[in-house]
Amino acid sequence: MNVEEDKKVIVEIKGVNKIYGSNHVVKDLDLTVYEGEFLTLLGSSGCGKTTTLRMVAGFEEPSSGIIRVEGEDIQNKEPFERDVNTVFQSYALFPHMTIYDNVAYGLKMKKVKKAKIKEKVMNMLELVQLGGFERRYPSQLSGGQKQRVAIARALINQPKVLLLDEPLGALDLKLRKQMQLELKRLQRKLNITFIYVTHDQEEALTMSDRICIMNEGVLQQVGTPVDIYESPQTKFVATFIGETNLFEGSVLEKQGDKMRIVVEPGDFKVRGGGFNHGDMVAVSVRPERMLYSESPVEGFGLMGIVKEQVYVGSVLKTIVVLSNGNEIKIERLAGQELPTGGQVYLYWNDGDAKLIHTFDNVFAQAVENIVMK
Amino acid sequence: MNRKIKAIVKKTAGILFCSFVYLFLFLPIIVIVTGSFNATTTKPYITWKGFTFDWYIKLFDNTALLSSFGATITIALISTLLSTAIGTVAAVGMYKYKFRGKGLIDGLLYIPVVIPEIVLGISLLTLFSNTHIPRDMLTLILSHTTFAIPYVIFNVRARLSGYDNSIEEASMDLGANRLLTLKNITLPVLAPGIAGGALLAFTLSIDDVIVSYFTNGQVKTFPLKVMESIKSGVAPDVNALSTLILAGTVILVVFTQSDILKKIKRRK
Ligand SMILES: Nc1ncnc2c1ncn2[C@@H]1O[C@H](COP(=O)(O)OP(=O)(O)OP(=O)(O)O)[C@@H](O)[C@H]1O
Ligand SMILES: [Mg+2]
Repeated sequence: MNVEEDKKVIVEIKGVNKIYGSNHVVKDLDLTVYEGEFLTLLGSSGCGKTTTLRMVAGFEEPSSGIIRVEGEDIQNKEPFERDVNTVFQSYALFPHMTIYDNVAYGLKMKKVKKAKIKEKVMNMLELVQLGGFERRYPSQLSGGQKQRVAIARALINQPKVLLLDEPLGALDLKLRKQMQLELKRLQRKLNITFIYVTHDQEEALTMSDRICIMNEGVLQQVGTPVDIYESPQTKFVATFIGETNLFEGSVLEKQGDKMRIVVEPGDFKVRGGGFNHGDMVAVSVRPERMLYSESPVEGFGLMGIVKEQVYVGSVLKTIVVLSNGNEIKIERLAGQELPTGGQVYLYWNDGDAKLIHTFDNVFAQAVENIVMK
Repeated sequence: MNRKIKAIVKKTAGILFCSFVYLFLFLPIIVIVTGSFNATTTKPYITWKGFTFDWYIKLFDNTALLSSFGATITIALISTLLSTAIGTVAAVGMYKYKFRGKGLIDGLLYIPVVIPEIVLGISLLTLFSNTHIPRDMLTLILSHTTFAIPYVIFNVRARLSGYDNSIEEASMDLGANRLLTLKNITLPVLAPGIAGGALLAFTLSIDDVIVSYFTNGQVKTFPLKVMESIKSGVAPDVNALSTLILAGTVILVVFTQSDILKKIKRRK
């Protein structure tokens, strides 16, 4: 399915930068969000996720660039004029109001009739499984319940887009798993676009329709969870999502789509397009796709020593040290163990290695620096 | 056996000690209250001559004393209003915004609180006479506002220390403009701190003697009037007024303790 064709664009972020003093927090961000999708912003702490959300909500102004909601530039709209709502990381419930009044707040501001408000609030509380809690105060709720109030309070306004900033960050693992499912259920049921911030990759993989990975203010890759996991486009994405083994080297020989790549501890042959002789390349192989053999394998010149083997339930995790000291992680269903200290040859099946251009990252920057001077 | 005696001794000593402390605290109050009902008419109004309401009746004929009380209340109300408004805005502003010299301004706040009142009184007097502001109600109100502001700031700031800025953002996010957010969110959440500050400002103003002494001109506040009259022994009508004020205060305290405090506790 091609999302870009059959879905309506709801939020468009174009060339957005945010600079605090000398701190360039969001860099040239281009992002399109489609109606009804669950999009997750994923990245490590301080990479600018919250800042991005706050710019969409209107609490921060972009230093440059345009943000459009339903095709309309919202730069001059105050937060209270925007058709988006936020679920804050700290819940931000009004401590002096009952749960009922908290949830009803948005509707009251819109001057909806009292009877209508009552009906909607009761329905909403029922929907988030908080029926009967309407007369309590926020201090009388557990963390998970507060979270649901925060979500109800935002959802009741039926915003075009709901922004959620690590809404489950403060919950324990079990509750978090449960709330993940509930959130997903709510999102499907109400068909509201979610822009969801998290730094938990597992959460992102299980909940999202698409994931947008950021690193130090730079968008790395946007795609479905499968895309992101199976075809990382940058070294950062490959290492950030799940575990991987990364070989960095360059293309030594090329014949059609067959290439021989040299890396520090050896060389191997792979298939892949888009590379030229001499290109810098990083090759990512997931631990569960990495294979080993006690005899040399045709096309692979990677040899190592078995350092450690651990059973984790039904999986056998093996660590192999290469000649340059790099450790390679291998996971496979439990089977015959290898003697620790034994020599093995590493290989993988065609298509299990993902090739990533690395030229443009470090090298391009170095070139640019020289040229600029 | 020995320990039992010791325990008894300890207990009685404790009771005795506490009784003395409380007696010491409340004896003057008792003297004032009984004095206001004492029928004696000869100075120094100490010997008990029977129960009477005469002093209360006389009190309402003593226009000078009553008008001084009126002046005190007026000054207290206006200066409370002013200092509470200014102090609240200052506290919120200093909490929310970062600016150069913030630390200095923070520190300077303590100065009016710690310097002896007499210094404050003299400096205000100098200020008013140098700027040729005639000393009357206005200067009293200004002075009382001045010394009350830091107390209001401290009170509101104590409340702000647990304040989450994002509730204001949440309010705006849900469609309330800045004014509505102030009215619906900021003020109600800070209310206990603001009320505490206002109460403190009011109390400070009502019983202020020193600063008022320097800045009053012809206006006599109640404490100044009382000070003046004790040169000839405390007149029972002053006792009567004091008793009324006492009753008012007690009612106020009981009210706030039972109602407002309960509400605050529930919200916590
Ligand atoms: N108001 C501000 N003034 C100056 N710098 C700021 C401000 N807000 C955020 N920053 C900086 O911007 C960077 C990105 O912050 P942001 O809150 O967007 O990170 P984040 O991706 O949400 O991280 P986390 O996962 O920890 O919440 C950080 O380096 C932070 O210090
Ligand atoms: Mg954040």
